[in-house]
Amino acid sequence: MKALRFAFLIAPTIACLGTAAAASLPPPGAASCSGCHGVHEPASSAIPRIYGRDANEIVSVMTAFRDGSRPSTVMSRIAKGFSDDELRPIAAWLASQK
Amino acid sequence: MDNKHRPTRRELIGVAATVAMSLAVSRRAIAQAGARVIVIGGGFGGASCARALKQLNPLLQVTLVEQNPTFTACPFSNDVIAGDRSIKQQQFGYEKVASGGVTVVAQAATKVDTSARTVTVADGSVLAYDRLVLAPGIDLRFNALPGYDEAASEKMPHAWKAGEQTLLLRRQLEAMEDGGVVAIAVPANPYRCPPGPYERASLIAHYLKTKKPRSKLIILDAKDAFSKQHLFESAWKELYPGLIERVSLSQGGKVASVDSSTNTLVTDFGKHTVQVANVIPPQRAGRIAEIAGATDKSGWCSIDPVTFESKQVSNVHIIGDACIAGGMPKSAFSANAQAKACAAAVVTLLAGGTPTPPKLINTCYSLVAPDYGISVAGVYQPKNGLLADTEGAGGVSPLDAPHEFREREAAYARSWFDTITAEVFG
Repeated sequence: MKALRFAFLIAPTIACLGTAAAASLPPPGAASCSGCHGVHEPASSAIPRIYGRDANEIVSVMTAFRDGSRPSTVMSRIAKGFSDDELRPIAAWLASQK
Repeated sequence: MDNKHRPTRRELIGVAATVAMSLAVSRRAIAQAGARVIVIGGGFGGASCARALKQLNPLLQVTLVEQNPTFTACPFSNDVIAGDRSIKQQQFGYEKVASGGVTVVAQAATKVDTSARTVTVADGSVLAYDRLVLAPGIDLRFNALPGYDEAASEKMPHAWKAGEQTLLLRRQLEAMEDGGVVAIAVPANPYRCPPGPYERASLIAHYLKTKKPRSKLIILDAKDAFSKQHLFESAWKELYPGLIERVSLSQGGKVASVDSSTNTLVTDFGKHTVQVANVIPPQRAGRIAEIAGATDKSGWCSIDPVTFESKQVSNVHIIGDACIAGGMPKSAFSANAQAKACAAAVVTLLAGGTPTPPKLINTCYSLVAPDYGISVAGVYQPKNGLLADTEGAGGVSPLDAPHEFREREAAYARSWFDTITAEVFG
């Protein structure tokens, strides 16, 4: 099996880890996503790929899950736990994961 | 005495500056040039954490201490018990963890000295750490249920740690004649995988209905309410009418003692002598947590919900089934989510920073039949010293969903297992 990269952004210059580390960490909530959504999700998977997707698209899908306008099984229950202010950095971080 | 040199103010300032500088340098040096983090336990929590630490800061020296060369996963092990899955599909090695730069020590941790910050392993080697992460999972409290000890578990399997016990229960079900009775004894909360016993009852019932239709299954329960109760009970009525009987705590379902020589479970209201007895005993944090002084009176580990650092001992973090995580259930998904949050906190602490409060998700799927899945989900954040449910979020699958919905959740359950095991071990 091909080794999978963890869904974390590695700071390009880890040498100054003091405060740079915090900037390189996923925003609160983002790291949990890879429990279901694989970083290298195969096309055959029942669960869609979210890494590298457009940030605005991720936000709009999550808000649609949250208000019920987009049908789901589990995502509406999860989306209700996140505000717009929390979703935006999560989406930006997911989008940056190529 | 008169000729003794008295340091001038300037010299004192110089000394102070030198000390301060060397402290700053050494702290930064630790953060940059390979602070040592030891993780004990190579399950969903520990292996995830070790890999996340190395990913977040490749300069860290990360050591994973895990005595078993192969990990056998509990999620989907009920499918093995029901005969729909091979144990091989549950097993994972640590090759990818090691090739990612984590030092894997295939030995049991025998001692933790939190003052000296060292871990001793079975061969006597002493490993030093700057931060320690404990992910030991559960130990079974064999002494908690009269008559149920390790020897009894060879006759009445618990199958609550996946592996040989899983296969033993499977063999017993295969050997049972049609018309036999299977009993599952369920403990009071808290225990690993709250919906697990009911998923197991469902999948065993599926096996019996398919292969041994005159048989019965009885659940002897030490509690009244349980996870996803309405969903399970509604599905049982639909799929397994008359096959599953559950005796709740109020109805006298709590098993008070067992006799493994006759396969008998004794409750306050009677005795059940059965053909197959699956006894899930009460549990506590894995033993190394107690050795480290990280457990409280409950047998579990209380933690800071932001950093997962022990409330009992400093520089020691506990994740997964062993910790008291407030609203978060003891699940593989929780352990994996906690592992990543804990890794971020440890990296930040080692760099002299202040960890950001995490937000965590848990999703637990249960199969009621191979093509019938249900789920519970939650979103958690630190509140009043615990990981608390985020208001308005989470909950269980709808009670009145069409079958297509159940099929999709069963498919998602399988995808989840493939994804999470690929992230942790692949």
